[in-house]
Amino acid sequence: MFKLLDEAAELVEIELDGEAVSVPADVSIAAALLYLDRLPLRQSPVSGSGRAPFCLMGICFECLVEVDGLRDQRACQRKVRPGMRLRRQLLVSAESGA
Amino acid sequence: MSAVSHLDFDTVVVGGGLVGAAIACGIAKSGAKLAVLDGGDRDFRASRGNFGLVWVQGKGADFPAYARLSASAARQWPDFAAELLDATGVDVGLQQTGGYDFCLDADEWRARESEMRQVELHTGGEFEYRMLDNAELRKHIPEVSPQVLGASYSPEDGHVNPLYLLRALHRRLDDLGVEYRARQVVCSSSPGDGGFVVNTESHVYHCQRVVFCAGLSNERLCRDLGLHVPLRPLRGQLLITDRVPPFLPAATLQVRQTREGTLQIGDSHEDVGLDESTTLEVVTRLARRALRIFPHLAEVRLNRAWGALRVMTPDGVPVYQQSDEHPGAYAISCHSGVTLAALHSREIAGWICGEPREELVAPFTAGRFDV
Repeated sequence: MFKLLDEAAELVEIELDGEAVSVPADVSIAAALLYLDRLPLRQSPVSGSGRAPFCLMGICFECLVEVDGLRDQRACQRKVRPGMRLRRQLLVSAESGA
Repeated sequence: MSAVSHLDFDTVVVGGGLVGAAIACGIAKSGAKLAVLDGGDRDFRASRGNFGLVWVQGKGADFPAYARLSASAARQWPDFAAELLDATGVDVGLQQTGGYDFCLDADEWRARESEMRQVELHTGGEFEYRMLDNAELRKHIPEVSPQVLGASYSPEDGHVNPLYLLRALHRRLDDLGVEYRARQVVCSSSPGDGGFVVNTESHVYHCQRVVFCAGLSNERLCRDLGLHVPLRPLRGQLLITDRVPPFLPAATLQVRQTREGTLQIGDSHEDVGLDESTTLEVVTRLARRALRIFPHLAEVRLNRAWGALRVMTPDGVPVYQQSDEHPGAYAISCHSGVTLAALHSREIAGWICGEPREELVAPFTAGRFDV
């Protein structure tokens, strides 16, 4: 769905749901996950409906993901780093513990 | 003529918060040409900061008419919410499955029990309540800590999303053709032209009736028309968490879970003047108290906190007062804009429009403070 403006942009390797993936360096986690087209990022704990980055400026709290074992991090407010371990907060994933 | 523009209305409502908007909706239904003069975003806005409780429990322990008023208003809520949904498409998220007020220790339990008994006594046993011990409480809410002594419970209580309520009322105002004007700083009011003249920085409003619902500014604004309503701010601080799976079957005075899963943690009372900031001390105390009640929240993240100022009369009871000196001018002051919304939109609006409601409003005149 999203393409890089600079196709020669540097990529870094991170881990998403236990799987190694390459994403652009120096972008927000939200941008990286939109680039990977791995949606939804999480599910509402009330209705179970899928959610994705919405405001991209830190106020809507829709893009919460688990970052290096810490839940509920706003993906739009943190940048990717090589080796970062991300987990989408899906209710179905058995290991989420939610 | 001066540079300010002159406008004519039947009624001017000063204040577009929950109280002003609810009353304006009711008045507008009578077909009156109406303007709502609202403040600016930086004003103190209790309607945007409050907790959203529909609360009867414990109110009016020393003032039976207030206990009855609150109960009568709360009982109208299901019908009022349905009316708003029907008219505006906005679901205010009413959940009226009762309310709990936790007692963490024996002192709290004793004080609560005597307060509840007093309300029961003053109102002839009209209000149902129960004191629940820990075992019984945990049958209602299993997540409550075994360390909590118990809670008072009343089936009358509930909660709504106060921001959706404000939105619904404003949508209704718009549909009813009410002229809504934001950022109107009212400077003065006076009798004139057989009615009233309300001056803002930019306009002069001529009207037959003027209703002051301007929160903490009421005291200053009403004085021009012979209305004396002593008011003071009482700060409450509120914490907001991430959304968590629903576990609260009903409202509690300490923690409320919105329909979206967010927890609001509150119930602080500070007499600190016109200061709506938050303090580390109170935020910490509120968080600790919430954890003493619900230990499973320890892993839940707080997202933000805010302070808001309650609009308090000296006895905490509403004021519904028409000016003796200048009939047609009204002062409405209360801190329960959510609980009383239906009553404001119906009975109080009706009273302002000339319906015979003296019996209802008589206990709530501002004269009770003149001693």
